[in-house]
Amino acid sequence: MTVIQKKSENPIAHLSAEDIEILGKELDTIRQEIRDSLGEDDAKYIRRVIDVQRKLELGSRAALLVSMFPPAWFVGTVGLSVAKILENMEIGHNILHGQWDWMRDPKIHSTTWEWDMASPAEQWKHSHNELHHTYTNVIGKDNDLGYGIMRVDEDQKWHPMYLAQPLWNFLNACFFEYGIAAYDLELGKNLATKKRRANPEFRADARNVLKKIRKQATKDYLVHPVLSGPSFLPTLAANFTANVVRNLWSHSVIMCGHFPEGVETFEKTSIEGETRGEWYLRQMLGSANISGSKAMHIMTGNLSHQVEHHLFPDLPSNRYAEIAPKVKDIFDRYGLTYHSAPLYKQVASAWHKVIRLSLPNGWLAETTPKNAPAQVIKLVRMTTGGKKVRRELSRAAA
Amino acid sequence: MTTTVPRPTTARPRIALRDRVLKLAELVTTPLLPTDYLDLIDPLRSGADLRGRIEAVLPETRDAATVVIRPGRGWQGHTPGQYIRIGIDVDGVRQWRAYSLTSDRTRTDGCIAITVKAIPGGKVSNHLVHRTTPGTIVQLDQAAGEFVLPAQLPAKALFLTAGSGITPVMGMLRNHPELTDVVLVHSAPTAEDVVFGAELRAMAADGRIRLVEQHTDTAGMLDAPAIAALVPDLHERATWACGPVGMLEALEEHWESAGLDSRLYTERFRPTVLVTGEGGTVSFTRNGTTLEADGATPILDAAEDAGVLMPSGCRMGICYGCVLPLREGAVRDLRNGEITTAAPGDGVLIQTCVSAAAGACDIDH
Ligand SMILES: Cc1cc2nc3c(=O)[nH]c(=O)nc-3n(C[C@H](O)[C@H](O)[C@H](O)COP(=O)(O)OP(=O)(O)OC[C@H]3O[C@@H](n4cnc5c(N)ncnc54)[C@H](O)[C@@H]3O)c2cc1C
Ligand code: FES
Repeated sequence: MTVIQKKSENPIAHLSAEDIEILGKELDTIRQEIRDSLGEDDAKYIRRVIDVQRKLELGSRAALLVSMFPPAWFVGTVGLSVAKILENMEIGHNILHGQWDWMRDPKIHSTTWEWDMASPAEQWKHSHNELHHTYTNVIGKDNDLGYGIMRVDEDQKWHPMYLAQPLWNFLNACFFEYGIAAYDLELGKNLATKKRRANPEFRADARNVLKKIRKQATKDYLVHPVLSGPSFLPTLAANFTANVVRNLWSHSVIMCGHFPEGVETFEKTSIEGETRGEWYLRQMLGSANISGSKAMHIMTGNLSHQVEHHLFPDLPSNRYAEIAPKVKDIFDRYGLTYHSAPLYKQVASAWHKVIRLSLPNGWLAETTPKNAPAQVIKLVRMTTGGKKVRRELSRAAA
Repeated sequence: MTTTVPRPTTARPRIALRDRVLKLAELVTTPLLPTDYLDLIDPLRSGADLRGRIEAVLPETRDAATVVIRPGRGWQGHTPGQYIRIGIDVDGVRQWRAYSLTSDRTRTDGCIAITVKAIPGGKVSNHLVHRTTPGTIVQLDQAAGEFVLPAQLPAKALFLTAGSGITPVMGMLRNHPELTDVVLVHSAPTAEDVVFGAELRAMAADGRIRLVEQHTDTAGMLDAPAIAALVPDLHERATWACGPVGMLEALEEHWESAGLDSRLYTERFRPTVLVTGEGGTVSFTRNGTTLEADGATPILDAAEDAGVLMPSGCRMGICYGCVLPLREGAVRDLRNGEITTAAPGDGVLIQTCVSAAAGACDIDH
């Protein structure tokens, strides 16, 4: 894939500036309709999810107090994993987007909420709401694309270190919450120079993250295990498992949102002076949905409706399902592709892309069982050789 | 002269212990607080934010009802005539309004009561009167307000009320049977519209009060001279008045010209809005929200409509519960048209409930 501006077949070439503005107006109308109809049922929904989540967490943690008994360990670990997923996805992520601010309940408000996550709400809101949602899929601006550590686009020059990117991606998935904290801190950039490291703002942020991580770790890896007495180790293992399960799950869901094949990326310059209509269009082209059951939507925090979420990040998540057919209709009428597939397909597609981009451009597509030995030799040469060898070999391939 | 050495209190170690237990509990529940879980079990327990459970909604007239509320254990009681603020979710949105307490403090069930008159188009009043069901949990504030009887009860009292303005006065009458020389002049459209009609008439029949009912649909409104004619010893009576803004202003003028203004106490249910200005863009610097507000809408309302959590109190300019620093810009006081401006770096405190934007405003919140 290539940034949309460099594609030979630009998928939006058929749209005039006027079309794009009308499309924007149509989307504004959908948004207003939902805003006007928000009411008691929506409020009941989020309160019920929070209530269920808290009771599930309490129950699971109670079961883990006697986790030396395998059935208790199993039930507690499954329950806690689900509770943590609900807490991060349908509850935390969405509240921090301000989706429920309209209720004016200070207990369920983007400015007061804190979540079960290494990254403090305040910092995450900045990097996620302001950066990712504004600069969605703009190469070099949207850090969600590969979290700054991966090659996410053919246009990025290949380097042997990218061979390890599937492994990085897997490790990032397991410890996703720390990965997010690191990238909310822009750790790579901020640790690079002495001046940046000494910046008091960065230091204060870093202190906050460490404080949050300490609190989180104390809870899951010390306090609850100690409370479990003789079940200390099983509880510790259970909490660790639940955190990893939650991390793997949220990483998969989030990868499905912008990474499957067919989702577009954009050039930095393309967003200068972008109109509202163009912003909407970028969100439409830069996101992909996951299809599935109601339970699946809830467990993904309705990020399965990634397209709808990116168009209307502050509309309550319980309404995305209802908006989806209208949005799909707009895609159809304007001749755009609405990406939607079951979870396993989107995860596979996203991983395929991670692997494909970890290799030199075109390598994976050209490789067949027949030419495999030759291809491997070429890859080894590109890996071990210098810049010049790489340039020559990749030119020969193209 | 003697000095008193502060006595070691027995309560202190216990508080410290409680704090320590709480700290430990926080380690268990982080990032949530222990209260978040305890609220699931008992939202009215002591130590919780003050809340109440609606126990009953008792119709009084066709458009008024008494709402009986069981307050949480943190409730500190009230002085008759005071009001409470209640936060209730209407169509999923938390709304705060003030209502005078009408209950008898000697109720054995520990409940308090407010009496609400539904006003046409009124969000909260209609919800409370017509749609609220027992069991609903509401947010509460402790009782507040200066519209109360003095510690030394007046020998002779006069109450002038209209419509729902009877409510704080009913709170006083129910709780002070020892007030013996009372005149109550109350206005309502018809006899059926008199809130607490039966109870007031019974008090009158018992000789506890002299009741003058004015049914304005047929008899028109009472002006100050008419009241003076009805109550010949008006000059000897301490007077409490509660009703529409126009009525209160006429009374204040009359009492002042008679040199009696120190004997008149009034309670307003809404601010007197005089002027509206041009509006502007309001930004909340810390919160990040920016909105367009017109010159007639209090900044408090405009901000809440945009989902900003705002501090608030009476919502009519008396309690200063809504005060925020204006860093830069201009606001107009809706009660008198006065303009308040702030230059960059200033932090002029403004009451957001009675201030509308008069140009672009930066508010520190
Ligand atoms: C100290 C204090 C004590 C109060 N005690 C009582 C009480 O005991 N019983 C009671 O019923 N109310 C009382 N009120 C009034 C109450 O707080 C609300 O203002 C009232 O119920 C209207 O709220 P709403 O949400 O229904 O109307 P809103 O939806 O806020 O307003 C709807 C329309 O009605 C107008 N309006 C607002 N308030 C009033 C009013 N008071 N009278 C006429 N029109 C109004 C508004 O300008 C608007 O146009 C008291 C107010 C204060 C400040
Ligand atoms: S809310 Fe009471 S003064 Fe503004």
